[in-house]
Amino acid sequence: MPKVTYSLPDGTVHAIDVPCGQSVMDGSVRNNLPGIVAECGGSCSCATCHVFVEEGQSFFDEPTDEERELLEFADGARPDSRLSCQLILTEDCQGVRVTVPDTNG
Amino acid sequence: MSDRVLIVGAGHAGATLAGLLRQAGHTGPVHLFGDEPELPYHRPPLSKKFAGGELEQWLRPAEFYREQDIAVHVGEHVVEIDRARRTACTASGTSHSYDHLVLATGARPRALPVPGAELAGVVSLRTLADARALRTSIAQRRPMVIIGGGYIGLEVAAVARANGVEVTVLEREDRVLARVASPHLSEILAAHHREQGTKIVTGAAVSRLDGHDGRVRAVVLKDGTTIPGESVLVGVGAVPRDELAIAAGLRCEQGIVVDAHTRTSDPHILAIGDVTRRPCQDFLVRLESIPSATEQAKQAAATILGGTPVAAEVPWFWSDQFDLKLKIAGLVPPRPATIVRGDPATGRFALFHHDGGTVTAVESANSPAEFMAGKKFIASGARVDPARLADDRVPLRDAVIA
Repeated sequence: MPKVTYSLPDGTVHAIDVPCGQSVMDGSVRNNLPGIVAECGGSCSCATCHVFVEEGQSFFDEPTDEERELLEFADGARPDSRLSCQLILTEDCQGVRVTVPDTNG
Repeated sequence: MSDRVLIVGAGHAGATLAGLLRQAGHTGPVHLFGDEPELPYHRPPLSKKFAGGELEQWLRPAEFYREQDIAVHVGEHVVEIDRARRTACTASGTSHSYDHLVLATGARPRALPVPGAELAGVVSLRTLADARALRTSIAQRRPMVIIGGGYIGLEVAAVARANGVEVTVLEREDRVLARVASPHLSEILAAHHREQGTKIVTGAAVSRLDGHDGRVRAVVLKDGTTIPGESVLVGVGAVPRDELAIAAGLRCEQGIVVDAHTRTSDPHILAIGDVTRRPCQDFLVRLESIPSATEQAKQAAATILGGTPVAAEVPWFWSDQFDLKLKIAGLVPPRPATIVRGDPATGRFALFHHDGGTVTAVESANSPAEFMAGKKFIASGARVDPARLADDRVPLRDAVIA
């Protein structure tokens, strides 16, 4: 099972097993990690699951125009910003590391 | 951190708060009571995705609550609060003591006070059980009449039409979404629904529902018009479920009145979600939305745990209708001055409502950047140049007057 490492706003780091087919957001919500709010349940509507993908960006599909637009004005957006509901894990995903900003409103 | 917290209501607000308390390290007992037989679930799919396999989406799996030591009492109706003893009593007769009681009882669909409203085939939409009934009626392709052209009514109309069902929307006011959207957005959406084959009748006062063998067959208007329908959805708004609070003597004004920390008139009782009347942008308002429920869950967690108060948010919500992903932020004023960016005919547009160049609300469709920028404009009180904002060749950032 892919393991995802989450660095949280409170400075803690959590390595979590996330089943294939689930998203980086799902892994956080399932384990009650703070920082990813995920209001809309993963339908790319709310932009409250913003993360920086520090390692493993290439494992994921390119962002859609919709995701790109939501991120353009997200607080603290960077070139490695993604919405974690759109980051679906596969068997290939090894060593994914994300940082959760403290601005997921 | 060891206080005993009882949360009454296992909807989005209540369940979110339970999770937030554990996230923040609360170690005391957390009890979550819900009337419905199911674990907490996502409510937006009930009106947006009810026809397909995406209807049932749990907020968290059952194991989550065990792992997080959150006691979930489903199908348990809290019937009474004893403020002096600080206990809450359930219908099954058990009494639970609390240090903090959080009322998250939500709202219920407003009833339609006309003869025939009790006929089989007449449904309202609030719970998973309601949505399953609606799913069945769509699967059987029964012609549907929707009473009430609000967001719920229009979302259901869109799903029904997309599934080939004949749909008529009856709206009492002179436009759909009269209480919740700008006239301009009402007009655009009504046109879009009509293009998809939905009949919309405005100024329609329902007189009664006619049936046969106990099943609804038609909706009759006050002017005598009869609209045949074998399935009727009543979507005429929601009323707060504040009976418990009223009986307990808490201050209520069509909703439990709370402050920005979710405190009621009793220091040991908080209230969150659709049941509340809450401060927002200098008003006391009822906001029936997931973002407001989330926000108040955060406020309540901070109040219970003594954390930093949560900064004021820009209220917003979303709606899906056909291919339109709508996102609305701010409180839409009654008579707005409006800047249109994009082209409503293409289904990609944003309506920025402003007061002398200061944006107060944005209603957008398939325009995430405009929505996100608009939300920021509202939060910062930025002034915009209307002509530049209306020109979608000008980047959004450049529409702001420095």
